[in-house]
Amino acid sequence: MDDMMFLTFLATLMGAAWRLATPLIFASIGEVFSERAGVLNIGLEGTMLVGAFCGFATASATGSILIGLLAGILGGMAFGLLFALFTITIKADQIVVGAALNLLGMGLTAFLFRTYYVSTGKGIEIAQPVHIPFLSDLPFLGEAFFRQNLIVYSTILVTILAALVLYRTSFGLTLRAVGEHPKAVDVAGRNVAGYRYAAVLVGTGLAGLGGAFLTLGHSNQFVEGITSGRGFIALAVVVFARWSPTGAFFVSLLFGLFYALQLMLQAEASVVVPYQVLQALPYIMTIVTLIVVRGKGAAPSKLGQPYEMR
Amino acid sequence: MEQVNQGVRETVYPQAAHTFYRKLSQIALSAVTPIAAVSVALACGAVLLWLNGFNGLDAITVMVFGSFQDMRAVGEILLKATPLILIGAGLCVAFRCSIWNIGAEGQLYAGAIAATLVGTSLDGLSVWIHAPLVMLAGALAGAAWAGIAGYLKVRFRASEIVTTIMLNYIALILTSYLVTGPMKDASAAYPQSARLVREAWTPRIVSDMRLHIGILIAVVLAVALYIFLQRSSRGFALRVVGLNPHAARYAGMDVARNVMVAICISGAMAGLAGAFEVAGVTHRLYQNISPGYGFEGIAVALLANNNPLAAILSGGLFATLRSGSEVLQITSQVPQVLVLVIQGIVILSVVAFAKLRDILRIVA
Repeated sequence: MDDMMFLTFLATLMGAAWRLATPLIFASIGEVFSERAGVLNIGLEGTMLVGAFCGFATASATGSILIGLLAGILGGMAFGLLFALFTITIKADQIVVGAALNLLGMGLTAFLFRTYYVSTGKGIEIAQPVHIPFLSDLPFLGEAFFRQNLIVYSTILVTILAALVLYRTSFGLTLRAVGEHPKAVDVAGRNVAGYRYAAVLVGTGLAGLGGAFLTLGHSNQFVEGITSGRGFIALAVVVFARWSPTGAFFVSLLFGLFYALQLMLQAEASVVVPYQVLQALPYIMTIVTLIVVRGKGAAPSKLGQPYEMR
Repeated sequence: MEQVNQGVRETVYPQAAHTFYRKLSQIALSAVTPIAAVSVALACGAVLLWLNGFNGLDAITVMVFGSFQDMRAVGEILLKATPLILIGAGLCVAFRCSIWNIGAEGQLYAGAIAATLVGTSLDGLSVWIHAPLVMLAGALAGAAWAGIAGYLKVRFRASEIVTTIMLNYIALILTSYLVTGPMKDASAAYPQSARLVREAWTPRIVSDMRLHIGILIAVVLAVALYIFLQRSSRGFALRVVGLNPHAARYAGMDVARNVMVAICISGAMAGLAGAFEVAGVTHRLYQNISPGYGFEGIAVALLANNNPLAAILSGGLFATLRSGSEVLQITSQVPQVLVLVIQGIVILSVVAFAKLRDILRIVA
């Protein structure tokens, strides 16, 4: 490979990395909110699937990507409401409920897909890259950064907004306190359960959006299990990002890079590694990530524990 | 002396009868939650079907009773119950120790791979040696695959929820690599391994039915795990670690060791299940050898309230529903994945009913 080809390869790689990181960015930032309030939602995978399906079904009915995205968010939040009801109100074990929601999400979406869509095989129009005058035409940089669709660009906005809300508003402060010392929040007269509901709804709404991106901004079809573990990888991203939204953005980009590398090396004829090795890359890197980060460090101290009012 | 004995007998026997009845009513009471949970889940399934234009009531009836056509059909149910009981009972041990092993699916595949290796490579052994060797290989591989997650947890505090799930994907990809590459049967068009030699096959119970002795082994092992958890000191330690690791450490228990034991037991059971799928059912390794038994096993364990003995029943129940859903797909075109929805709702209702019982107990 000469220098010019390598640069083109690199530019395409970086563009693809951001695109492939997008669902992870949404889901992991959402999970940051949820976990900062003390709620560990391992049902993220099922939630993303629901978002992906709702987005796909709505967009194919209305023809509008925007309405599809909204449906994805709402679908995710509906699932989140179920999760919150069981973990916050009923105070059931968060891991057990999360596992149930994964089964439910997988089953429901596959059931509905097979009942209504599988025979039609119809795809939808996905969000197209926007052409930004001058920037999109730049050599190298244009391909790498400025030929994405609006959903991909919106990850920056979401990251900044999430950081502002979490660190610069009284809502964010209280939300973080709920995860560290819920009793203090309770004594101060704020509603612990209410904040946890809000955090879970924000989290699952974003997870639904991440799922919807898969069917509306990436592939034009719903496929059973289309998330292929992204919900679980997002959990690891949150740990690596030390529960910070900006951290989650950059760690997701790193994982996007693994996904992109995998896809592009598979297409590269000169690579002799079996494609399964590349396929396993994101999963292996997730485990490596957890080893490198070592332990909980900055985890919210009440993560995973229901709050009992005394 | 005689009189004293007489007196003892009179007081002891009524008491024994009393404890027997109390035990019986306890068992009856503990059966209320799972029965109610399954009923709710089936009702939800019926509503879901009705909403989507199917005849919900008929469909659920088929799902529950449709697979009991003849002895052969019952044999097929037991065949499906085998991996579910093995995995469910194993997960009971892990969950009791508060290890969230979500990776039984991957451990099943690890066991299936090892069983295939042993079952295709050695030749000329007696069935008395080769068949057990295949099972042993499966169990060891499953334990090792789970052990990776266990080691990462005790050494690096890596969440076993995430690592076991990642190991699921890696095991599946590894299997796909093996059956399309190094272990592929060169004469076959479809990606599959060579056939296991006949001596490696798990013996059947009746020669003209697919049901093999795995179901008996599964039941025996589930009983053994129950005794292990309830009666052995290691089992006690596992439960203490699960309830409160700090207390366990303070009491001088080796938490890391107990975590490893618990996760490896659950992995070995899943690995054995994988070995049975290869050596008892398909006799070859395929990419999709499990239809999600590893995930279904989680529901089996939770419905059994993490009691390996009860996992025999809940495994049988889930196998019945799975067989019924296959009948349903053929007769009424209801997608078989409905089973996943039912599993999810079963878990949620178990949780809800358990809480309801707690509340009622406090009120009463």
